[in-house]
Amino acid sequence: MSTNEYLQLSKVTIDFPSKKGPFRALNQVDLKIAEGEFISIIGHSGCGKSTVLNIVAGLHQATEGGVILDGKEVNEPGPDRAVVFQHHSLFPWLTVYENVELAVKQVFKGQKSKQQMREWTLHNLDLVHMSHALDKKPSEISGGMKQRVGIARALAMQPKVLLMDEPFGALDALTRAHLQDSVMEIHASLKNTVIMITHDVDEAVLLSDRIVMMSNGPEATIGDILSIDLPRPRDRVVMADNPDYNHYRAAVLKFLYERQSNPDAKSVLTTEPTADEKPSKSKKVA
Amino acid sequence: MKDKLIHFFELMGLTWFTPVVRLSTGEDAKEQFYELGRLIGLPLIAVTFFLFAWAAIATQINTSLGQLPGPAQVWEQTTNLIGEHKKEREKEAAFYQRQEERNQKKLEKDPNAEVKIRPYTGKPTFFDQIWTSLITVFTGFLLGTLIAIPLGIACGLSEKLYTALSPLIQIFKPVSPLAWLPLVTMVVSAVYVTSDPMFDKAFLNSALTVMLCSLWPTVINTAVGVSSIDNDLINVGRVLRLNWYTKVIKIAIPSALPMIFTGLRISLGIGWMVLIAAEMLAQNPGLGKFVWDEFQNGSSNSLGRIMVAVLVIGVIGFVLDRMMLTLQKFFSHDKNAVLR
Repeated sequence: MSTNEYLQLSKVTIDFPSKKGPFRALNQVDLKIAEGEFISIIGHSGCGKSTVLNIVAGLHQATEGGVILDGKEVNEPGPDRAVVFQHHSLFPWLTVYENVELAVKQVFKGQKSKQQMREWTLHNLDLVHMSHALDKKPSEISGGMKQRVGIARALAMQPKVLLMDEPFGALDALTRAHLQDSVMEIHASLKNTVIMITHDVDEAVLLSDRIVMMSNGPEATIGDILSIDLPRPRDRVVMADNPDYNHYRAAVLKFLYERQSNPDAKSVLTTEPTADEKPSKSKKVA
Repeated sequence: MKDKLIHFFELMGLTWFTPVVRLSTGEDAKEQFYELGRLIGLPLIAVTFFLFAWAAIATQINTSLGQLPGPAQVWEQTTNLIGEHKKEREKEAAFYQRQEERNQKKLEKDPNAEVKIRPYTGKPTFFDQIWTSLITVFTGFLLGTLIAIPLGIACGLSEKLYTALSPLIQIFKPVSPLAWLPLVTMVVSAVYVTSDPMFDKAFLNSALTVMLCSLWPTVINTAVGVSSIDNDLINVGRVLRLNWYTKVIKIAIPSALPMIFTGLRISLGIGWMVLIAAEMLAQNPGLGKFVWDEFQNGSSNSLGRIMVAVLVIGVIGFVLDRMMLTLQKFFSHDKNAVLR
């Protein structure tokens, strides 16, 4: 297996049932991702970017086509594809430490000793700079901190691919910048494979090795893929004056606003349900 | 220390202690006195107004048992009831002492004599009745909870089960305790047949009626709480591949706990109301029987004594509700939510 086929999406197509018959949210999505790559998926809201992520996570099942990770087909969710959700989704009744510990205990049961599990939990919280709030409940920390804990929990599962669904979407600009720096730092040291959904052009250019630009739905697919050849580590202040950086930025903007103008402008599309807002099929625990 | 104390009082729903604590630790006096005035003064004005209105109206109403008692007569009956309770206890103590002495004498004459110890069989006092009612309501509530929470969790987890049971729940929920009571009485006397009964049948009747009526709010709230878990949390569980049991224990129950306690609070409130009615109708020992006995007794003191019972029932109901509110607040994830 060649290195640039660590994660492979082949002809991924998904239909959602709707009142007017099946609604095709994604059509023939093909993507190959190498190990250690940082991929951003960008597109207008409702273009099915989150659906792509959910299919890789195994939370949605593709109607046609499929996903192969490290030689194995993806059929169900699992800790090798850890997800950082947009709304932190920490358990509100557990402390910061216990939230991460729950994941560690579940993933490394029988592999690590109690002491090792404790160290691993603390290590991951340290990576996201949250060691100071171990005994706080999620309701007692800020939105940015919650998201940091969410990232720590995902990292603690030692995933083959880290999936992030608009991880900083609900945060203010300054907090977002801090978290982006943290994610770059972590990616530089751990070299993990990451897929991040975003609608922020700067975020995509700054963090990614490649940006996958999605066309508008319905029947959304990959419009274009842009390779970002900027040296790492990248500094946001330095990048602001970098002509290459601005060139990439302009390319993404051009795609989004000239080739795929905002779907809200087209009245035909606004009547369709957006794939992002589809509830997952299994709402129950059981 | 100060903040912990304040947090404790707020958790208990005793908000009027907050300014007292702040005042005693030397915070701005003017502001705290204003708070104190607001939290204690306003209710005090309302209560005073109520007492005067009651006293004025009571003199206007003449019943076959004499004038409707005002606050003064009710207070008098309260002291009477306390006095009677003390007297009864003294009688009881005297009875046991006499019995002891008698047995002692018997044993002195003949060390092998058979000694009988008889329990005291005096009339239960008002306070005995309160105690009986409390025991009964908690027994019924506990039995109801033991059924309601597992049933509610099962309904919350399985939409099919909830759909199946929903009509039954909806039909049984609004049934009055008085309708259940005859059935419960007959069933208990038919089924519970032993030569050495551990429980009094009357006690079982009341407790089971309380159980049947207080079951439903907990079932429904638990089911709603379990079925409305945040979808993201469920997805976290799926990503972690938690097994069914762990999902229920680690996700479903903790996230439904606030709703479960909301249901329990409503259930206990209903249970307390139901119990008094059941005791009145079935002549089962407790506060309800006390009220009924006084009504049948028809002395000039009866109305005053009934009013004492009414107030005591209200105060106990309030205390029970506060207890559940404290638990509800304690188990709520969102500590900033305003629960009343």
